[in-house]
Amino acid sequence: MSLLEVRDLEVRYGSIEAVRGLSFSVEAGAIVAVIGANGAGKSSTLLALSGLVRASSGSIAFGGRDIAALRPDRIVRAGLVQVPEGRAILAPLTVAENIELGAWTRRDAAAEVAKDEERVYALFPRLAERRLQLAGSLSGGEQQMLAIGRALMAAPKLLLLDEPSMGLAPMLVSAIFETIAEIRRSGTTILLVEQNARQALRIADSGLVLAHGRLFKRGPSEELLADPAIVEAFLGKA
Amino acid sequence: MDLSLLADPVFLAQNLVDGLSRGALYGVYAMGFTLIFGVLDILNLAHAATFMWCAFVGWLIMAAGGAPLPLGLVAAMIAGAAIALMLEFVAFRPLRREGADKLSSMISSIGASLIMVSVAEAVFGVQTRRFPNSVLNPKPFFIGGAGGVRISRAQILILAASVLLMVALGLFIRKSRMGKAIRAVAASQKAARLLGIDVNSVIVVTFLVGGALAGAAGILVALLTNNIVPGMGNQIELRGLAVVILGGMGNIEGAVVGGFLLGLVETLTIAYVPGGSDIKDAIAFLILFIILLVKPNGIMGRGKADRA
Ligand SMILES: Nc1ncnc2c1ncn2[C@@H]1O[C@H](COP(=O)(O)OP(=O)(O)OP(=O)(O)O)[C@@H](O)[C@H]1O
Ligand SMILES: [Mg+2]
Repeated sequence: MSLLEVRDLEVRYGSIEAVRGLSFSVEAGAIVAVIGANGAGKSSTLLALSGLVRASSGSIAFGGRDIAALRPDRIVRAGLVQVPEGRAILAPLTVAENIELGAWTRRDAAAEVAKDEERVYALFPRLAERRLQLAGSLSGGEQQMLAIGRALMAAPKLLLLDEPSMGLAPMLVSAIFETIAEIRRSGTTILLVEQNARQALRIADSGLVLAHGRLFKRGPSEELLADPAIVEAFLGKA
Repeated sequence: MDLSLLADPVFLAQNLVDGLSRGALYGVYAMGFTLIFGVLDILNLAHAATFMWCAFVGWLIMAAGGAPLPLGLVAAMIAGAAIALMLEFVAFRPLRREGADKLSSMISSIGASLIMVSVAEAVFGVQTRRFPNSVLNPKPFFIGGAGGVRISRAQILILAASVLLMVALGLFIRKSRMGKAIRAVAASQKAARLLGIDVNSVIVVTFLVGGALAGAAGILVALLTNNIVPGMGNQIELRGLAVVILGGMGNIEGAVVGGFLLGLVETLTIAYVPGGSDIKDAIAFLILFIILLVKPNGIMGRGKADRA
């Protein structure tokens, strides 16, 4: 059984149909990349998975349990955690407070949480140096690290990342992708929405290509990377 | 200006004591008001009516029921929390669920306020209620002999309770787990949801705390003025709003500083400006206006950019 099973997902905003009958699944332990043009419905799909927008129809099974009607906080508690587009850090709180609140839903021992905190600071040493700084005063790249680090504090089974490389310098983009690969190696399943399609597919096992709210193509990463139609439309020159 | 008064240190000290106790009350009232605003981005315009009802509750259990002062304070705070909780469920949450805009919520809180004041008028009438001397010995203390600075028991209680509440709220908001969640919801409801925070239950806690502070302010003002009437919220309502704006909308430390500032300005104006008691509001608000010209986001306010 897959960790995540999405069937015939539809998301509408009034008369706008952002997602029109999308089905896909994510296997435990995988990185699945989601690519597609602007407005293809990538973020809407992730928001529906997190319960921040309600699917107008379709089912979402996570770990075998239907979560489509759950409140967002219950979905996080179930282990599905999102780093949204635009990062949504808590600007007036300190870095340390942001990280601490990442563990809001954790019910395990404080020692376990503290250990994870150290792990996050080890993964992002720049955050460790800035623990007492207000999150709003971090650079864009540091804010992205904070958003990812904070999401890891929830000990997610499935991590949704919406364009984690957006607005970052090329050096930092590679570093973020490397970090994502590392997070997967430590056992977290990842659904990765990216405009940097080529780099995303390189670290992913498989990819979903969305167009106009529908699944346009899916397959193993190597296949998509070699598909002339995909290269033409989404990858450009290497 | 009466210059001979300026040279009198006892007179100055007296006015500082009076100004600080008045300011402490504004601070306690405004802390609750600004806390709720910070979280919901909505002015709870029934805060003053909550304050008034709590003054009556305190009066009922102390004057009529014979309960001691600390019990009266606790009862008023519990009443405030309960009233605010009711407001959340009746006036705010239903609109929030429908995605109504902030203005409609403010209007529904005005409606709630009007109802609360009318009910108080129906229940208590318009005559003034006072505490008997058995509740609060009106004999003041003098610091520095009979010609020294007069400080009433009510003022001592007000200063002690206010400082205690300010410190407690500060610690709660800064250090506690729930306090951090409240700040998270205030910063961004969407971000808070993504962290797994149940935003509605955090809002409930915010109303409980904000209402309890309105309750504390209600009973303490009642003890100071000994003048409990259904319209007593009017006198603090606009001042509370001014203090909240002065301190920076949603900023708790700012509400405390702003409260003391307004209390001192009002008291010193009455003391040192001829005819000051008639124009104290004009002068106080003129000073607020000038401060806001220099610091448009309030004395402790942050720019919109950092609040997002
Ligand atoms: N809150 C909203 N209200 C109305 N329409 C929306 C809303 N959010 C998204 N849409 C519309 O839904 C469609 C899909 O948007 P979505 O944000 O899911 O696309 P995306 O694939 O994430 O695009 P991008 O790559 O630009 O982030 C778009 O046409 C968009 O205009
Ligand atoms: Mg998007």
